[in-house]
Amino acid sequence: MQTDKVISVSNLTKKFGDFTAVDNISFDCVKGEIFGFLGANGAGKTTAMRMLCGLSLPTSGEASVAGFDVYKESELIKKKIGYMSQKFSLYEDLTVWENIRFYAGIYGLSDSNIREKSRQLLTELHLEGQENALVRSLPLGWKQKLAFSVAIVHNPAIVFLDEPTGGVDPITRREFWGLIYEASARDITVFVTTHYMDEAEYCNRVSIMVDGKIEALDTPANLKQHYNADSMDEVFLHLARTATRSQD
Amino acid sequence: MKQFLIFVKKECLHIWRDRRTLVILIGMPIVQIILYGFALTNEVKNSRIAVFDQSKDDATRLITDRIAASRYFNLEKNLNSYKQIGESFREGIVRMVVVFPINFQDDLLHTNHAQIQLIADASDPNTANTLANYASAIVNDYQNALNNDQKLPYNIDVQLRMLYNPELKGAYNFVPGVMALVLMLICAMMTSISIVKEKEMGTMEVILVSPLKPFRIVLAKTVPYLLVSLLNIISILLLSVYALDVPIKGSIFLLMAESTLFTITSLSLGILISNFSRTQQSAMFTSMMSLFLPTLLFSGFLFPIENMPKALQIISNIVPAKWYYIIVKAVMIKGLGITAIWKETLILMGMTLLLLGISIRNFKIRLA
Repeated sequence: MQTDKVISVSNLTKKFGDFTAVDNISFDCVKGEIFGFLGANGAGKTTAMRMLCGLSLPTSGEASVAGFDVYKESELIKKKIGYMSQKFSLYEDLTVWENIRFYAGIYGLSDSNIREKSRQLLTELHLEGQENALVRSLPLGWKQKLAFSVAIVHNPAIVFLDEPTGGVDPITRREFWGLIYEASARDITVFVTTHYMDEAEYCNRVSIMVDGKIEALDTPANLKQHYNADSMDEVFLHLARTATRSQD
Repeated sequence: MKQFLIFVKKECLHIWRDRRTLVILIGMPIVQIILYGFALTNEVKNSRIAVFDQSKDDATRLITDRIAASRYFNLEKNLNSYKQIGESFREGIVRMVVVFPINFQDDLLHTNHAQIQLIADASDPNTANTLANYASAIVNDYQNALNNDQKLPYNIDVQLRMLYNPELKGAYNFVPGVMALVLMLICAMMTSISIVKEKEMGTMEVILVSPLKPFRIVLAKTVPYLLVSLLNIISILLLSVYALDVPIKGSIFLLMAESTLFTITSLSLGILISNFSRTQQSAMFTSMMSLFLPTLLFSGFLFPIENMPKALQIISNIVPAKWYYIIVKAVMIKGLGITAIWKETLILMGMTLLLLGISIRNFKIRLA
């Protein structure tokens, strides 16, 4: 398993002036793992994730993503990762097919490849016949599932999901996690931040960030055992209570 | 390159899907040209006037005919008494009354001196002034014709020649002004809005995580608006030539090249604005306040810059539209070549490079 590390982070730190947003964090993710990245608002999750995506340079520490260094090889990293934000990030005024073509296109997929992929994708999502519908007209759950499929259309090594299930009903969330498991089965590492503790239970491993530091990192079962808790909710509350930073 | 084209295509789709905005983009210049060219002109056309002719001789009839024939005046009625003058003004029927005294022609022919009274409604002083000037010019014209025919010893020859715009047409001023305004508005506002929109929707993050380079993203976002702007320039020029009779005296290629340059200036301003705006509304508002007003005030097309206080004159130098306005007037109206406007062109180029540099640098930093 050691050789399958796709994300490797050690002593990563990001400071904005006097403020240390991410404080000396270290962890590894392996191929196909579903890695839950938890923390209250303002704990530093997004900043950490942005550094791993090559959107932001760390202040100090080491990190490599898909085997590439975040300082020097961010352009190479970008080709190997997918990203989905909490806003689903599809173009509402474009059709389903146009969205797929655009996102696949900017990753440099060939036309025939794009066509094949999108056919496959539409079938998987049961969206056949909807390819010319404007994304605006789709129900929220479908938009979200489509956004996820689009984020992994180029077969990345890792997909980063930033609170992907915000504002979605529980049933759709279940379905969405079905997609995540499928991606994981295809050896795509899933790096997911979430607020929902039931979702934390679905992850292979979970890290909990408090005030920029990773306070706990283990499988959900081990964490519950360690903190003598019945659910991840209790674990999280136990740790989050120690936070001194104001939550926004 | 292929990724770039895909991006441009996507941008075009955005514009195409948003029909209402597209109509505004294409229609705005046309409406503006028509508005400024015909309605908002500072020329005074077809003003209603009345004549009170107490002499009723050949000379007064000739002068009246000339005035009535001019496109500035419409002869509304002939008056018969002084009392009617006041009445006509009060009723708002006329803006000016021309009064010929008794024995006008006799006085003129025998004493070489005759008087005409122009009574104008000066509640609008500018119009009154303009009307009086027009009328005096017509009377002068007549007097000159008379003098020439009679070969009288004293010819007071006031010759006024209006260079480039002999008819003093307002459109000669407005067309270059509207071009500057429209390009500035469409390019800057639309690019800033379209970039900020992606930030708002969250799609910008996704694009930035993709292998596309930020520089290319910015470029791809501006290309469609560059095309729309060129379309606008063409429609403005067609309208001005065929509807407003404003000729293009200089090289049309030079004009298009300079317009493209100015378009790029405006686009980079748009990118700059998008860097500082979080919402589409704020992008729009910033564009309006920081671009529309200065362009209107300091380009020189509504208010002559020479008449402004020194401080404002200096400020006007940093408004790109001012230089573009000078260039368009020189090329289009005066028919001058690049040798006459190289300085302005260089200034505009310098501004463009500076703005482009700052905005692209900023774009990277803000998202880095």
